Amino acid sequence: MDTHIGDIELTLTPQGGSAVWRFGLAPERLPAFARAIQEEGGQLLALWGSDDRHLGRGFGLHMVFLSSQGLVWTQADLPAAAPEYPDLAAIFPQAERMQRAAYDLLGLRASGAVDGRKWLRHTAWGEDEYPLRKDAPSQPPPASPTQADAYPFIRVAGDGVHEIPVGPIHAGVIEPGHFRFSVVGDKVLRLEERLGYTHKGIEKRFEGMDLSLGARLAGRVSGDSHSAYTWAYCMAVEAALGFTVPERALWLRALLLEMERVANHLGDLGYLGNDVALSFGFAQFWRLKEDWLRLAQRLFGHRYAFDCIVPGGVTTDLGEADALLDLVRRLRTEVAELKAVYDEHAGVQDRFAHTGRVDPAMAARLGVIGLAGRASAQAWDLRVQFPHPPYDRLEVNMATDRRGDVLARVEVRFAEVFESLRLIEAIVQRLPADPLQAEVPHADGVREGLGYVEGWRGPVLVAVRIGMDGRLDRVHPHDPSWQNWPALEVGILGNIVPDFPLINKSFNLSYSGHDL
Amino acid sequence: MATHLILRKILKTGRVTEPAPPANAAYRVRLQALQAELYEVFGRALTIRHVDAGSCNGCELEIHALNGPHYNLEGLGIKFAASPRHADVLLVTGPVSRHLETALKRTYEATPEPKWVVAMGDCACTGGIFGESYASRGRVANVIPVDVEIPGCPPDPVRLLEGILAAVKIDRSHGAS
Repeated sequence: MDTHIGDIELTLTPQGGSAVWRFGLAPERLPAFARAIQEEGGQLLALWGSDDRHLGRGFGLHMVFLSSQGLVWTQADLPAAAPEYPDLAAIFPQAERMQRAAYDLLGLRASGAVDGRKWLRHTAWGEDEYPLRKDAPSQPPPASPTQADAYPFIRVAGDGVHEIPVGPIHAGVIEPGHFRFSVVGDKVLRLEERLGYTHKGIEKRFEGMDLSLGARLAGRVSGDSHSAYTWAYCMAVEAALGFTVPERALWLRALLLEMERVANHLGDLGYLGNDVALSFGFAQFWRLKEDWLRLAQRLFGHRYAFDCIVPGGVTTDLGEADALLDLVRRLRTEVAELKAVYDEHAGVQDRFAHTGRVDPAMAARLGVIGLAGRASAQAWDLRVQFPHPPYDRLEVNMATDRRGDVLARVEVRFAEVFESLRLIEAIVQRLPADPLQAEVPHADGVREGLGYVEGWRGPVLVAVRIGMDGRLDRVHPHDPSWQNWPALEVGILGNIVPDFPLINKSFNLSYSGHDL
Repeated sequence: MATHLILRKILKTGRVTEPAPPANAAYRVRLQALQAELYEVFGRALTIRHVDAGSCNGCELEIHALNGPHYNLEGLGIKFAASPRHADVLLVTGPVSRHLETALKRTYEATPEPKWVVAMGDCACTGGIFGESYASRGRVANVIPVDVEIPGCPPDPVRLLEGILAAVKIDRSHGAS
């Protein structure tokens, strides 16, 4: 298809039956293209690299943009000897950490970038080693190297300014990362995040896996988004191999995704109550969540429905639809009762409102996406704008809020719980009578595909390349936490340190999904 | 107004806490030489420090669930602490990423004796799907001594509680208090 974005003429190649368009362009044209996307209101969703030298090319720099046309997946080929491309973070700030990661893992350099510090690399490999290159040593070193990490944080100077270093091991049951607060008294002047602690080599691990093992690994990129990742991965594999899965399987995948959204939102709503000392909220929401998880165990043999989504379809059918519908109805009533408590409770509202605010203009500038984006008036939901089956027949209602504070992120969660419960009812009532799986065809050459799913946190993307041998050659999973972590640094500004746990929980971003 | 709604909801909900499972001795992989009296002391109260050493966050979901009202952990005398210096048990999840190896060792050293280490989940027990690589040291026992291994991906709250209890040898059912 020939089209244009701004003044730029594109020849887009459709990825069968989806909203994904592929587009190749020279690296020097990337900034103009990114600017054109931005001018029409689009966003950068993901940026990653690939080693393509075994395919007779150099390195690849990949980006996925949200645009009016759909998801535009661009690839620029970089020379093997000097893999460089122009910095894009000046246009889309969310590119910055992704560019630094592409350098750490593959040695692709963003020329002109302001922040040249390492990002995912700490001590596990050296400055001149690139573990995602195909010629990186396959045998791991026997023990961790003793080199110092030496990460230069940005210092804030002035009268009475001091630093509070937090992490990587946190005080609560949360994932590891480092937060460096610069404060005066209790007031936060600056927060700098340091992530990458849970980097466990997921992308390298994918290489050489068969397609079904790949689905299991994809589901463990960020365990709380298991169904989002397995679906996005399977969608990518199915697009790459050019086959369709039975309708019933697609509807069941949507059921699992919406159940995952409900489970996570219930848990977060409970913790948000807990963080403002309303332990009643914690007990009630976690009671409901436990009921929900136990039902999932009964229906799918696993509390989080792990490994139910596989290439070609799903492994389990919905047995006790009535039990599910009963619990959906009960949850709708009970969550409404609890929402009335949160709404009426002066202390809760006082802590939630105006806390951790990311205003709409800042959210647009940073490319904040998903749940946190919608709470700051960034009206993107892949289920709404680019609905893939069965969402094209479900008419999802998007929840948005303009306030951008903790309260807005709470309100969006409440609205999404009710909407997901409605969707679950609709899915159960309209489940088509198809088989659960289609046979996965063999690859007859190198094949690539992109999957996109609106998980509970935001858009989850998985890009897949299948090699000549039918095994995975390169897989890149992208978590929305990449672009939302910087929003937390902004949201905390001017707030007091004791509100940080509340603000952090209101975003509830993934460390593992980001660190890979 | 909110107080009225809260009280009504509490009254309507009633008590959801269930009896605790017994300790599962099969999860024990190491027995420390400790006097029986000491076990008795730990039988009454237990403090846990959770350490995510590189998990996918799936195991954390179940640790949170264990802290929910169905399990009433504090009613059993068990609680999670913010510092390893207050802990009897380190509950470690994930394969140990090389970037967290030092932090895990330091956390272990900061925990006073006597101490137990519970490895939670397939990754902590064996390295799981992530295994050993340039970025991962694999199982927790590759980095610090482990007393109890609880398999599962993730192990559900009941399995988790069976394993935690196995570490300190408490073997009694949950009182109704």
